[in-house]
Amino acid sequence: MENVLTFLTANKDAIFIIVLSVFLGFEVISNVPSVLHTPLMSGANAISGVIIIGGIILVGHASTTFEWVLGSLALFMATLNVAGGFVVTDRMLEMFKKKKK
Amino acid sequence: MIILNTLMPGQVVLEYSYLLSAIMFVIGLKLQSHPETARKGNFWAASGMILPMITTLILNRNGAGEAIGMGNVIAILLIIAAGTVVGSIMARKVKMTAMPQMVSFFNATGGAASAAVALIEYTKNPDQAVLVGLLGLVVGSIAFSGSMIAYGKLDGKVGDIFAKFMTYVNLLFMAVIVAVILLVLFGGFDAQTRTYLVFGLLVISLVYGVSFVMPIGGADMPVVISLLNSLTGIAAAMAGFIYQNEAMILGGILVGAAGTILTLQMCKAMNRSLINVIIGSFGGGGASHADVQGSIKEITLTDAAVLLSYSQKVVIIPGYGLAVAQAQHIAHELDSLLGSKGVEVKYAIHPVAGRMPGHMNVLLAEADVPYEQLVEMDDINPDMPNVDVAIVVGANDVVNPAAYDDPGSPIYGMPIIDAHLAKNIIIMKRGMGKGYAGIENFLFFNDKTRMLFGDAKGTMTKLVSEIKSM
Repeated sequence: MENVLTFLTANKDAIFIIVLSVFLGFEVISNVPSVLHTPLMSGANAISGVIIIGGIILVGHASTTFEWVLGSLALFMATLNVAGGFVVTDRMLEMFKKKKK
Repeated sequence: MIILNTLMPGQVVLEYSYLLSAIMFVIGLKLQSHPETARKGNFWAASGMILPMITTLILNRNGAGEAIGMGNVIAILLIIAAGTVVGSIMARKVKMTAMPQMVSFFNATGGAASAAVALIEYTKNPDQAVLVGLLGLVVGSIAFSGSMIAYGKLDGKVGDIFAKFMTYVNLLFMAVIVAVILLVLFGGFDAQTRTYLVFGLLVISLVYGVSFVMPIGGADMPVVISLLNSLTGIAAAMAGFIYQNEAMILGGILVGAAGTILTLQMCKAMNRSLINVIIGSFGGGGASHADVQGSIKEITLTDAAVLLSYSQKVVIIPGYGLAVAQAQHIAHELDSLLGSKGVEVKYAIHPVAGRMPGHMNVLLAEADVPYEQLVEMDDINPDMPNVDVAIVVGANDVVNPAAYDDPGSPIYGMPIIDAHLAKNIIIMKRGMGKGYAGIENFLFFNDKTRMLFGDAKGTMTKLVSEIKSM
Protein backbone atom coordinates (compact mmCIF):
# COMPACT_ATOMS: atom_id res chain seq x y z
CA MET A 1 0.00 0.00 0.00
CA GLU A 2 2.74 2.36 1.00
CA ASN A 3 4.61 1.40 -2.17
CA VAL A 4 1.62 2.37 -4.25
CA LEU A 5 1.24 5.72 -2.51
CA THR A 6 4.93 6.51 -2.92
CA PHE A 7 4.72 5.57 -6.60
CA LEU A 8 1.64 7.70 -7.20
CA THR A 9 3.16 10.70 -5.45
CA ALA A 10 6.61 10.46 -7.00
CA ASN A 11 5.23 10.06 -10.52
CA LYS A 12 2.32 12.45 -10.28
CA ASP A 13 3.44 14.59 -13.24
CA ALA A 14 4.04 11.65 -15.54
CA ILE A 15 0.70 10.10 -14.61
CA PHE A 16 -1.08 13.40 -15.34
CA ILE A 17 0.60 13.53 -18.75
CA ILE A 18 -0.36 9.94 -19.53
CA VAL A 19 -4.01 10.33 -18.60
CA LEU A 20 -4.43 13.64 -20.45
CA SER A 21 -2.55 12.27 -23.48
CA VAL A 22 -5.05 9.45 -23.76
CA PHE A 23 -7.89 11.96 -24.05
CA LEU A 24 -5.88 14.12 -26.41
CA GLY A 25 -5.09 11.09 -28.56
CA PHE A 26 -8.74 10.02 -28.78
CA GLU A 27 -9.77 13.59 -29.59
CA VAL A 28 -7.16 14.15 -32.30
CA ILE A 29 -7.68 10.81 -34.04
CA SER A 30 -11.41 10.20 -33.86
CA ASN A 31 -12.26 12.51 -36.78
CA VAL A 32 -9.85 11.05 -39.28
CA PRO A 33 -11.69 9.82 -42.41
CA SER A 34 -11.07 6.18 -43.24
CA VAL A 35 -9.41 7.28 -46.52
CA LEU A 36 -6.43 8.26 -44.38
CA HIS A 37 -6.35 5.39 -41.91
CA THR A 38 -3.38 3.59 -43.42
CA PRO A 39 -1.13 6.67 -43.67
CA LEU A 40 -2.27 7.76 -40.22
CA MET A 41 -1.36 4.41 -38.80
CA SER A 42 1.99 4.41 -40.47
CA GLY A 43 2.62 8.02 -39.35
CA ALA A 44 1.64 7.17 -35.78
CA ASN A 45 3.88 4.13 -36.01
CA ALA A 46 6.78 6.41 -36.91
CA ILE A 47 6.03 8.56 -33.86
CA SER A 48 6.25 5.48 -31.62
CA GLY A 49 9.87 5.43 -32.75
CA VAL A 50 10.32 8.27 -30.24
CA ILE A 51 12.04 5.55 -28.22
CA ILE A 52 15.00 6.68 -30.33
CA ILE A 53 15.63 9.30 -27.62
CA GLY A 54 16.04 6.51 -25.09
CA GLY A 55 18.47 4.88 -27.50
CA ILE A 56 20.51 8.08 -27.80
CA ILE A 57 20.68 8.46 -24.03
CA LEU A 58 21.74 4.82 -23.60
CA VAL A 59 24.45 4.79 -26.23
CA GLY A 60 25.49 8.27 -25.06
CA HIS A 61 26.37 6.96 -21.62
CA ALA A 62 27.14 3.34 -22.43
CA SER A 63 30.01 1.90 -20.41
CA THR A 64 29.75 -1.90 -20.46
CA THR A 65 29.88 -4.08 -23.59
CA PHE A 66 26.32 -5.22 -22.86
CA GLU A 67 25.12 -1.60 -22.88
CA TRP A 68 27.04 -0.82 -26.03
CA VAL A 69 25.78 -3.80 -28.00
CA LEU A 70 22.16 -3.79 -26.91
CA GLY A 71 22.02 0.02 -26.86
CA SER A 72 23.38 0.29 -30.41
CA LEU A 73 20.90 -2.33 -31.56
CA ALA A 74 18.04 -0.45 -29.91
CA LEU A 75 19.14 2.82 -31.48
CA PHE A 76 19.46 1.23 -34.91
CA MET A 77 16.03 -0.39 -34.74
CA ALA A 78 14.41 2.79 -33.46
CA THR A 79 16.01 4.70 -36.36
CA LEU A 80 14.59 2.15 -38.83
CA ASN A 81 11.18 2.73 -37.28
CA VAL A 82 11.47 6.53 -37.44
CA ALA A 83 13.11 6.98 -40.84
CA GLY A 84 11.24 4.17 -42.57
CA GLY A 85 7.95 5.19 -40.99
CA PHE A 86 8.08 8.83 -42.00
CA VAL A 87 9.36 8.12 -45.51
CA VAL A 88 6.71 5.49 -46.23
CA THR A 89 3.97 7.75 -44.86
CA ASP A 90 5.17 10.60 -47.05
CA ARG A 91 5.11 8.30 -50.07
CA MET A 92 1.49 7.40 -49.42
CA LEU A 93 0.35 10.95 -48.70
CA GLU A 94 2.03 12.19 -51.85
CA MET A 95 -0.34 9.98 -53.82
CA PHE A 96 -3.34 11.57 -52.16
CA LYS A 97 -1.95 15.05 -52.62
CA LYS A 98 -1.15 15.06 -56.33
CA LYS A 99 -4.77 14.43 -57.31
CA LYS A 100 -5.74 17.85 -55.94
CA LYS A 101 -5.74 19.77 -59.17
CA MET B 1 21.28 16.83 -7.38
CA ILE B 2 18.33 16.52 -9.69
CA ILE B 3 17.24 19.99 -8.64
CA LEU B 4 20.72 21.26 -9.40
CA ASN B 5 20.54 19.72 -12.87
CA THR B 6 17.22 21.24 -13.80
CA LEU B 7 18.50 24.65 -12.82
CA MET B 8 21.24 24.52 -15.43
CA PRO B 9 20.22 26.50 -18.52
CA GLY B 10 20.99 23.62 -20.86
CA GLN B 11 18.66 21.36 -18.89
CA VAL B 12 15.87 23.89 -19.11
CA VAL B 13 16.31 24.18 -22.88
CA LEU B 14 16.33 20.38 -23.14
CA GLU B 15 13.16 19.96 -21.08
CA TYR B 16 11.32 22.58 -23.11
CA SER B 17 12.51 21.09 -26.38
CA TYR B 18 10.62 17.97 -25.29
CA LEU B 19 7.51 20.03 -24.74
CA LEU B 20 7.91 21.61 -28.17
CA SER B 21 8.37 18.18 -29.70
CA ALA B 22 5.20 16.91 -28.02
CA ILE B 23 3.27 19.88 -29.43
CA MET B 24 4.65 19.16 -32.90
CA PHE B 25 3.46 15.54 -32.64
CA VAL B 26 -0.05 16.71 -31.78
CA ILE B 27 -0.15 19.26 -34.60
CA GLY B 28 1.27 16.65 -36.97
CA LEU B 29 -1.40 14.10 -36.13
CA LYS B 30 -4.12 16.74 -36.28
CA LEU B 31 -3.06 17.82 -39.78
CA GLN B 32 -3.03 14.20 -40.86
CA SER B 33 -6.79 14.06 -40.51
CA HIS B 34 -7.38 15.74 -43.88
CA PRO B 35 -6.03 14.66 -47.27
CA GLU B 36 -5.04 18.23 -48.19
CA THR B 37 -2.92 18.85 -45.12
CA ALA B 38 -1.84 15.31 -44.30
CA ARG B 39 1.55 15.53 -45.94
CA LYS B 40 2.34 18.70 -44.05
CA GLY B 41 1.26 16.90 -40.86
CA ASN B 42 3.72 14.13 -41.50
CA PHE B 43 6.44 16.73 -41.95
CA TRP B 44 5.52 18.34 -38.61
CA ALA B 45 5.64 15.00 -36.84
CA ALA B 46 9.01 14.19 -38.40
CA SER B 47 10.39 17.57 -37.31
CA GLY B 48 9.00 16.89 -33.85
CA MET B 49 11.15 13.78 -33.85
CA ILE B 50 14.36 15.38 -35.12
CA LEU B 51 14.30 18.29 -32.66
CA PRO B 52 14.54 16.26 -29.41
CA MET B 53 17.11 13.97 -31.03
CA ILE B 54 19.41 16.95 -31.57
CA THR B 55 18.79 18.57 -28.18
CA THR B 56 19.25 15.24 -26.38
CA LEU B 57 22.51 14.60 -28.17
CA ILE B 58 23.88 18.02 -27.23
CA LEU B 59 22.34 18.71 -23.84
CA ASN B 60 21.70 15.38 -22.15
CA ARG B 61 23.49 14.84 -18.81
CA ASN B 62 23.62 11.59 -16.89
CA GLY B 63 23.04 11.29 -13.14
CA ALA B 64 26.59 12.49 -12.48
CA GLY B 65 26.11 15.57 -14.65
CA GLU B 66 28.31 14.37 -17.50
CA ALA B 67 27.49 15.25 -21.10
CA ILE B 68 27.58 12.65 -23.87
CA GLY B 69 31.22 12.02 -24.81
CA MET B 70 32.61 12.77 -28.25
CA GLY B 71 33.23 9.11 -29.07
CA ASN B 72 29.66 8.27 -28.13
CA VAL B 73 28.31 11.16 -30.21
CA ILE B 74 30.13 9.84 -33.26
CA ALA B 75 28.87 6.30 -32.59
CA ILE B 76 25.31 7.61 -32.25
CA LEU B 77 25.52 9.61 -35.48
CA LEU B 78 26.91 6.63 -37.37
CA ILE B 79 24.18 4.29 -36.10
CA ILE B 80 21.46 6.82 -36.92
CA ALA B 81 22.93 7.39 -40.38
CA ALA B 82 22.96 3.64 -41.03
CA GLY B 83 19.41 3.21 -39.76
CA THR B 84 18.18 6.13 -41.83
CA VAL B 85 19.72 4.82 -45.03
CA VAL B 86 18.42 1.27 -44.55
CA GLY B 87 14.97 2.43 -43.37
CA SER B 88 14.52 4.92 -46.22
CA ILE B 89 15.57 2.43 -48.87
CA MET B 90 13.11 -0.14 -47.55
CA ALA B 91 10.37 2.48 -47.40
CA ARG B 92 11.05 3.66 -50.97
CA LYS B 93 11.16 0.20 -52.47
CA VAL B 94 8.06 -1.31 -50.88
CA LYS B 95 5.00 -1.89 -53.08
CA MET B 96 1.72 -0.37 -51.96
CA THR B 97 0.07 -3.79 -51.76
CA ALA B 98 2.83 -4.79 -49.34
CA MET B 99 2.24 -1.75 -47.12
CA PRO B 100 0.71 -3.74 -44.22
CA GLN B 101 3.83 -5.92 -44.05
CA MET B 102 6.08 -2.86 -44.09
CA VAL B 103 4.18 -1.13 -41.30
CA SER B 104 4.26 -4.36 -39.27
CA PHE B 105 8.00 -4.62 -39.77
CA PHE B 106 8.68 -1.03 -38.66
CA ASN B 107 6.34 -1.61 -35.76
CA ALA B 108 8.40 -4.65 -34.78
CA THR B 109 11.64 -2.67 -34.77
CA GLY B 110 10.08 0.04 -32.59
CA GLY B 111 8.82 -2.56 -30.12
CA ALA B 112 12.21 -4.24 -30.00
CA ALA B 113 13.92 -0.90 -29.33
CA SER B 114 11.56 -0.20 -26.42
CA ALA B 115 12.13 -3.64 -24.95
CA ALA B 116 15.91 -3.26 -25.29
CA VAL B 117 15.90 0.17 -23.65
CA ALA B 118 13.79 -1.11 -20.75
CA LEU B 119 16.08 -4.12 -20.34
CA ILE B 120 19.27 -2.03 -20.22
CA GLU B 121 17.73 0.41 -17.78
CA TYR B 122 16.85 -2.51 -15.54
CA THR B 123 20.38 -3.94 -15.60
CA LYS B 124 21.79 -0.50 -14.74
CA ASN B 125 19.76 -0.35 -11.55
CA PRO B 126 18.66 -3.88 -10.64
CA ASP B 127 17.70 -2.70 -7.18
CA GLN B 128 15.13 -0.31 -8.55
CA ALA B 129 13.00 -2.65 -10.61
CA VAL B 130 9.94 -0.57 -11.34
CA LEU B 131 6.60 -1.57 -12.70
CA VAL B 132 6.77 0.75 -15.72
CA GLY B 133 10.16 -0.58 -16.73
CA LEU B 134 8.91 -4.15 -16.61
CA LEU B 135 5.78 -3.20 -18.53
CA GLY B 136 7.92 -1.51 -21.18
CA LEU B 137 9.92 -4.72 -21.49
CA VAL B 138 6.85 -6.97 -21.68
CA VAL B 139 4.77 -4.81 -24.03
CA GLY B 140 7.74 -4.01 -26.27
CA SER B 141 8.65 -7.70 -26.57
CA ILE B 142 5.08 -8.74 -27.37
CA ALA B 143 4.82 -5.96 -29.97
CA PHE B 144 8.12 -7.08 -31.51
CA SER B 145 7.49 -10.80 -31.86
CA GLY B 146 3.79 -10.31 -32.61
CA SER B 147 4.56 -7.82 -35.39
CA MET B 148 7.21 -10.10 -36.86
CA ILE B 149 4.64 -12.92 -37.05
CA ALA B 150 2.07 -10.52 -38.54
CA TYR B 151 4.72 -9.46 -41.07
CA GLY B 152 5.41 -13.11 -41.93
CA LYS B 153 1.72 -13.90 -42.29
CA LEU B 154 0.98 -10.92 -44.52
CA ASP B 155 3.98 -11.81 -46.61
CA GLY B 156 2.72 -15.38 -46.91
CA LYS B 157 5.79 -16.78 -45.10
CA VAL B 158 3.94 -17.87 -41.98
CA GLY B 159 0.72 -19.88 -41.93
CA ASP B 160 -2.17 -19.74 -39.49
CA ILE B 161 -2.62 -22.09 -36.59
CA PHE B 162 -6.30 -22.29 -35.80
CA ALA B 163 -6.72 -24.36 -32.71
CA LYS B 164 -9.05 -24.07 -29.80
CA PHE B 165 -6.30 -24.85 -27.29
CA MET B 166 -4.32 -21.75 -28.34
CA THR B 167 -6.83 -19.69 -26.39
CA TYR B 168 -5.93 -21.53 -23.20
CA VAL B 169 -2.22 -21.42 -23.96
CA ASN B 170 -2.47 -17.66 -24.38
CA LEU B 171 -4.42 -17.19 -21.17
CA LEU B 172 -1.76 -19.24 -19.40
CA PHE B 173 1.01 -17.04 -20.83
CA MET B 174 -0.77 -13.91 -19.65
CA ALA B 175 -1.14 -15.32 -16.15
CA VAL B 176 2.54 -16.32 -16.03
CA ILE B 177 3.63 -12.84 -17.19
CA VAL B 178 1.58 -11.16 -14.47
CA ALA B 179 2.87 -13.59 -11.88
CA VAL B 180 6.52 -13.04 -12.80
CA ILE B 181 6.09 -9.24 -12.74
CA LEU B 182 4.62 -9.50 -9.23
CA LEU B 183 7.44 -11.82 -8.14
CA VAL B 184 10.10 -9.37 -9.36
CA LEU B 185 8.42 -6.43 -7.67
CA PHE B 186 7.27 -7.94 -4.40
CA GLY B 187 8.98 -11.34 -4.16
CA GLY B 188 11.83 -10.00 -2.03
CA PHE B 189 14.45 -11.84 -4.08
CA ASP B 190 18.10 -10.79 -4.27
CA ALA B 191 19.37 -8.90 -7.33
CA GLN B 192 20.80 -12.02 -8.98
CA THR B 193 17.52 -13.97 -8.86
CA ARG B 194 15.55 -10.94 -9.97
CA THR B 195 17.78 -10.58 -13.01
CA TYR B 196 17.08 -14.19 -13.96
CA LEU B 197 13.37 -13.50 -13.55
CA VAL B 198 13.56 -10.40 -15.73
CA PHE B 199 15.31 -12.29 -18.52
CA GLY B 200 12.73 -15.03 -18.11
CA LEU B 201 10.04 -12.38 -18.48
CA LEU B 202 11.65 -11.24 -21.73
CA VAL B 203 11.58 -14.78 -23.14
CA ILE B 204 7.98 -15.48 -22.09
CA SER B 205 6.82 -12.17 -23.56
CA LEU B 206 8.52 -12.91 -26.88
CA VAL B 207 6.91 -16.35 -27.02
CA TYR B 208 3.54 -14.91 -26.03
CA GLY B 209 3.71 -12.38 -28.89
CA VAL B 210 4.09 -15.30 -31.31
CA SER B 211 1.32 -17.43 -29.85
CA PHE B 212 -0.97 -14.39 -29.61
CA VAL B 213 -0.82 -13.54 -33.32
CA MET B 214 -0.47 -17.10 -34.64
CA PRO B 215 -4.17 -18.11 -34.49
CA ILE B 216 -5.44 -14.78 -35.89
CA GLY B 217 -5.65 -14.41 -39.64
CA GLY B 218 -7.60 -13.55 -42.74
CA ALA B 219 -9.97 -10.63 -42.42
CA ASP B 220 -8.86 -10.02 -38.82
CA MET B 221 -5.44 -8.77 -39.89
CA PRO B 222 -6.46 -5.06 -39.88
CA VAL B 223 -7.46 -5.40 -36.24
CA VAL B 224 -4.24 -7.14 -35.25
CA ILE B 225 -2.01 -4.65 -37.01
CA SER B 226 -3.61 -1.65 -35.39
CA LEU B 227 -3.59 -3.39 -32.00
CA LEU B 228 0.14 -4.12 -32.28
CA ASN B 229 0.70 -0.54 -33.38
CA SER B 230 -1.01 0.64 -30.26
CA LEU B 231 1.15 -1.69 -28.11
CA THR B 232 4.38 -0.25 -29.53
CA GLY B 233 3.22 3.23 -28.60
CA ILE B 234 2.47 2.12 -25.06
CA ALA B 235 5.88 0.43 -24.80
CA ALA B 236 7.61 3.67 -25.90
CA ALA B 237 5.59 5.63 -23.35
CA MET B 238 6.55 3.21 -20.57
CA ALA B 239 10.22 3.62 -21.50
CA GLY B 240 9.64 7.38 -21.51
CA PHE B 241 8.30 7.06 -17.99
CA ILE B 242 11.66 5.64 -16.88
CA TYR B 243 13.38 8.80 -18.12
CA GLN B 244 10.50 11.04 -17.06
CA ASN B 245 10.68 12.25 -20.65
CA GLU B 246 7.53 14.13 -21.71
CA ALA B 247 8.09 13.82 -25.46
CA MET B 248 8.40 10.05 -25.17
CA ILE B 249 5.42 9.69 -22.86
CA LEU B 250 3.14 11.92 -24.90
CA GLY B 251 4.29 10.57 -28.26
CA GLY B 252 3.90 6.99 -27.11
CA ILE B 253 0.49 7.48 -25.54
CA LEU B 254 -0.80 9.39 -28.59
CA VAL B 255 0.13 6.41 -30.74
CA GLY B 256 -1.37 4.04 -28.18
CA ALA B 257 -4.64 5.98 -28.19
CA ALA B 258 -4.72 6.26 -31.99
CA GLY B 259 -4.09 2.53 -32.37
CA THR B 260 -6.79 1.73 -29.84
CA ILE B 261 -9.37 3.87 -31.65
CA LEU B 262 -8.58 2.29 -35.01
CA THR B 263 -8.68 -1.17 -33.45
CA LEU B 264 -12.13 -0.56 -32.00
CA GLN B 265 -13.36 0.95 -35.29
CA MET B 266 -12.20 -2.13 -37.16
CA CYS B 267 -13.94 -4.39 -34.65
CA LYS B 268 -17.12 -2.37 -34.99
CA ALA B 269 -16.92 -2.61 -38.78
CA MET B 270 -16.95 -6.37 -38.42
CA ASN B 271 -19.56 -6.36 -35.67
CA ARG B 272 -17.27 -8.22 -33.30
CA SER B 273 -15.74 -7.54 -29.94
CA LEU B 274 -12.00 -7.21 -29.52
CA ILE B 275 -11.99 -10.25 -27.21
CA ASN B 276 -13.73 -12.21 -29.95
CA VAL B 277 -11.04 -11.30 -32.47
CA ILE B 278 -8.21 -12.17 -30.09
CA ILE B 279 -9.75 -15.49 -29.10
CA GLY B 280 -10.49 -16.10 -32.76
CA SER B 281 -13.70 -18.08 -32.42
CA PHE B 282 -14.99 -16.91 -35.78
CA GLY B 283 -15.30 -18.66 -39.12
CA GLY B 284 -15.99 -22.28 -39.92
CA GLY B 285 -18.40 -22.69 -37.03
CA GLY B 286 -21.55 -21.15 -38.47
CA ALA B 287 -23.42 -23.54 -40.70
CA SER B 288 -25.65 -22.12 -43.41
CA HIS B 289 -28.91 -21.18 -41.78
CA ALA B 290 -31.57 -19.91 -44.10
CA ASP B 291 -32.20 -21.68 -47.38
CA VAL B 292 -31.30 -19.51 -50.29
CA GLN B 293 -34.08 -18.97 -52.81
CA GLY B 294 -33.47 -18.20 -56.45
CA SER B 295 -30.78 -18.98 -58.94
CA ILE B 296 -27.53 -17.55 -60.21
CA LYS B 297 -27.78 -15.51 -63.41
CA GLU B 298 -24.77 -14.65 -65.55
CA ILE B 299 -24.30 -11.66 -67.81
CA THR B 300 -22.25 -11.44 -70.99
CA LEU B 301 -19.47 -8.89 -71.33
CA THR B 302 -21.37 -7.13 -74.11
CA ASP B 303 -24.50 -6.79 -72.03
CA ALA B 304 -22.47 -5.56 -69.07
CA ALA B 305 -20.74 -2.99 -71.30
CA VAL B 306 -24.08 -1.70 -72.62
CA LEU B 307 -25.62 -1.59 -69.16
CA LEU B 308 -22.70 0.40 -67.76
CA SER B 309 -22.42 2.81 -70.67
CA TYR B 310 -26.07 3.84 -70.45
CA SER B 311 -26.07 4.26 -66.67
CA GLN B 312 -25.97 7.57 -64.87
CA LYS B 313 -24.56 6.42 -61.58
CA VAL B 314 -22.18 3.51 -61.07
CA VAL B 315 -20.62 2.43 -57.80
CA ILE B 316 -17.63 0.11 -57.68
CA ILE B 317 -17.33 -1.89 -54.46
CA PRO B 318 -13.78 -3.24 -54.20
CA GLY B 319 -12.62 -5.98 -51.85
CA TYR B 320 -9.26 -7.49 -51.16
CA GLY B 321 -9.75 -9.75 -54.18
CA LEU B 322 -9.22 -6.65 -56.34
CA ALA B 323 -5.85 -6.00 -54.74
CA VAL B 324 -4.83 -9.65 -54.96
CA ALA B 325 -5.58 -9.58 -58.70
CA GLN B 326 -3.67 -6.24 -58.96
CA ALA B 327 -6.76 -4.90 -60.70
CA GLN B 328 -6.80 -1.42 -59.17
CA HIS B 329 -5.23 0.23 -62.23
CA ILE B 330 -7.65 -1.35 -64.67
CA ALA B 331 -10.49 -0.40 -62.31
CA HIS B 332 -9.41 3.20 -62.65
CA GLU B 333 -9.26 2.81 -66.42
CA LEU B 334 -12.83 1.55 -66.31
CA ASP B 335 -14.01 4.43 -64.16
CA SER B 336 -12.37 7.13 -66.28
CA LEU B 337 -13.68 5.52 -69.46
CA LEU B 338 -17.20 5.56 -68.04
CA GLY B 339 -16.57 9.07 -66.72
CA SER B 340 -15.74 10.24 -70.24
CA LYS B 341 -19.14 8.90 -71.32
CA GLY B 342 -20.82 11.04 -68.68
CA VAL B 343 -21.36 8.28 -66.15
CA GLU B 344 -20.77 9.27 -62.54
CA VAL B 345 -18.52 6.64 -60.95
CA LYS B 346 -17.79 6.33 -57.22
CA TYR B 347 -15.97 3.75 -55.16
CA ALA B 348 -17.68 2.50 -52.01
CA ILE B 349 -15.07 1.54 -49.42
CA HIS B 350 -15.93 -0.72 -46.53
CA PRO B 351 -13.81 0.02 -43.42
CA VAL B 352 -12.24 -3.45 -43.42
CA ALA B 353 -11.55 -3.67 -47.16
CA GLY B 354 -7.88 -4.60 -47.57
CA ARG B 355 -5.34 -5.87 -45.10
CA MET B 356 -5.02 -2.87 -42.82
CA PRO B 357 -7.36 0.00 -41.93
CA GLY B 358 -7.83 2.16 -45.01
CA HIS B 359 -5.58 -0.02 -47.15
CA MET B 360 -8.00 -0.05 -50.11
CA ASN B 361 -7.88 3.75 -50.29
CA VAL B 362 -4.11 3.70 -50.58
CA LEU B 363 -4.21 1.07 -53.32
CA LEU B 364 -6.75 3.08 -55.32
CA ALA B 365 -4.86 6.31 -54.71
CA GLU B 366 -1.75 4.62 -56.10
CA ALA B 367 -3.76 3.83 -59.24
CA ASP B 368 -4.47 7.61 -59.48
CA VAL B 369 -8.12 7.42 -58.45
CA PRO B 370 -8.91 10.88 -57.01
CA TYR B 371 -9.78 10.60 -53.32
CA GLU B 372 -12.99 12.56 -53.92
CA GLN B 373 -14.24 9.47 -55.73
CA LEU B 374 -13.62 7.23 -52.71
CA VAL B 375 -16.73 7.26 -50.55
CA GLU B 376 -17.07 5.74 -47.10
CA MET B 377 -19.76 3.18 -46.38
CA ASP B 378 -21.92 5.45 -44.23
CA ASP B 379 -21.92 8.19 -46.87
CA ILE B 380 -22.71 6.01 -49.87
CA ASN B 381 -25.44 3.83 -48.33
CA PRO B 382 -28.23 6.46 -48.30
CA ASP B 383 -27.56 7.04 -52.01
CA MET B 384 -27.53 3.37 -53.05
CA PRO B 385 -31.21 3.23 -54.23
CA ASN B 386 -30.32 5.89 -56.84
CA VAL B 387 -27.39 3.89 -58.17
CA ASP B 388 -27.96 2.28 -61.55
CA VAL B 389 -25.23 -0.33 -61.33
CA ALA B 390 -23.22 -1.54 -58.35
CA ILE B 391 -20.12 -3.49 -59.42
CA VAL B 392 -18.78 -5.77 -56.71
CA VAL B 393 -15.15 -6.72 -57.36
CA GLY B 394 -13.45 -9.27 -55.15
CA ALA B 395 -15.65 -8.43 -52.17
CA ASN B 396 -18.11 -10.80 -50.55
CA ASP B 397 -19.10 -10.61 -46.90
CA VAL B 398 -19.14 -6.80 -46.85
CA VAL B 399 -22.09 -6.78 -49.29
CA ASN B 400 -24.00 -9.78 -47.89
CA PRO B 401 -27.57 -8.76 -46.96
CA ALA B 402 -27.61 -11.65 -44.48
CA ALA B 403 -26.16 -9.03 -42.16
CA TYR B 404 -29.68 -7.51 -42.13
CA ASP B 405 -31.98 -10.47 -42.82
CA ASP B 406 -30.64 -13.56 -41.15
CA PRO B 407 -30.35 -13.38 -37.35
CA GLY B 408 -28.69 -16.79 -37.38
CA SER B 409 -25.84 -15.69 -39.64
CA PRO B 410 -22.39 -15.11 -38.10
CA ILE B 411 -22.24 -11.73 -39.80
CA TYR B 412 -25.72 -10.68 -38.64
CA GLY B 413 -25.53 -7.06 -37.49
CA MET B 414 -22.29 -6.27 -39.31
CA PRO B 415 -22.53 -2.96 -41.18
CA ILE B 416 -22.43 -3.64 -44.91
CA ILE B 417 -22.45 -1.64 -48.12
CA ASP B 418 -26.06 -1.77 -49.37
CA ALA B 419 -25.28 -3.09 -52.84
CA HIS B 420 -28.65 -4.92 -52.83
CA LEU B 421 -30.47 -1.58 -52.98
CA ALA B 422 -28.91 -0.62 -56.33
CA LYS B 423 -31.04 -1.01 -59.47
CA ASN B 424 -28.61 -3.49 -61.00
CA ILE B 425 -25.79 -5.45 -59.45
CA ILE B 426 -22.84 -6.95 -61.30
CA ILE B 427 -20.63 -9.28 -59.33
CA MET B 428 -17.13 -10.06 -60.58
CA LYS B 429 -15.93 -13.23 -58.99
CA ARG B 430 -13.61 -16.13 -59.69
CA GLY B 431 -16.16 -18.80 -58.80
CA MET B 432 -18.91 -19.60 -56.39
CA GLY B 433 -16.59 -19.87 -53.39
CA LYS B 434 -17.66 -18.46 -50.08
CA GLY B 435 -16.18 -15.44 -48.35
CA TYR B 436 -14.01 -15.38 -45.26
CA ALA B 437 -16.98 -16.02 -43.01
CA GLY B 438 -17.74 -19.21 -44.95
CA ILE B 439 -21.37 -18.36 -45.54
CA GLU B 440 -23.66 -18.15 -48.55
CA ASN B 441 -24.08 -14.65 -49.96
CA PHE B 442 -27.77 -13.84 -50.47
CA LEU B 443 -26.82 -11.05 -52.85
CA PHE B 444 -25.72 -13.55 -55.52
CA PHE B 445 -29.26 -14.91 -55.70
CA ASN B 446 -30.94 -11.51 -55.88
CA ASP B 447 -33.14 -10.98 -58.96
CA LYS B 448 -31.20 -7.83 -59.84
CA THR B 449 -27.83 -9.56 -59.64
CA ARG B 450 -25.82 -10.70 -62.65
CA MET B 451 -22.55 -12.59 -62.30
CA LEU B 452 -19.41 -12.03 -64.37
CA PHE B 453 -17.17 -14.99 -63.59
CA GLY B 454 -13.42 -14.79 -64.03
CA ASP B 455 -10.26 -13.21 -62.67
CA ALA B 456 -10.96 -9.58 -61.68
CA LYS B 457 -8.14 -8.13 -63.76
CA GLY B 458 -8.88 -10.19 -66.87
CA THR B 459 -12.61 -9.56 -66.71
CA MET B 460 -12.21 -5.83 -66.25
CA THR B 461 -9.65 -5.59 -69.04
CA LYS B 462 -12.11 -7.30 -71.40
CA LEU B 463 -14.93 -5.11 -70.15
CA VAL B 464 -12.90 -1.97 -70.83
CA SER B 465 -12.12 -3.01 -74.41
CA GLU B 466 -15.75 -4.01 -74.90
CA ILE B 467 -16.94 -0.55 -73.83
CA LYS B 468 -14.29 1.11 -76.02
CA SER B 469 -15.41 -0.85 -79.07
CA MET B 470 -19.02 0.21 -78.65
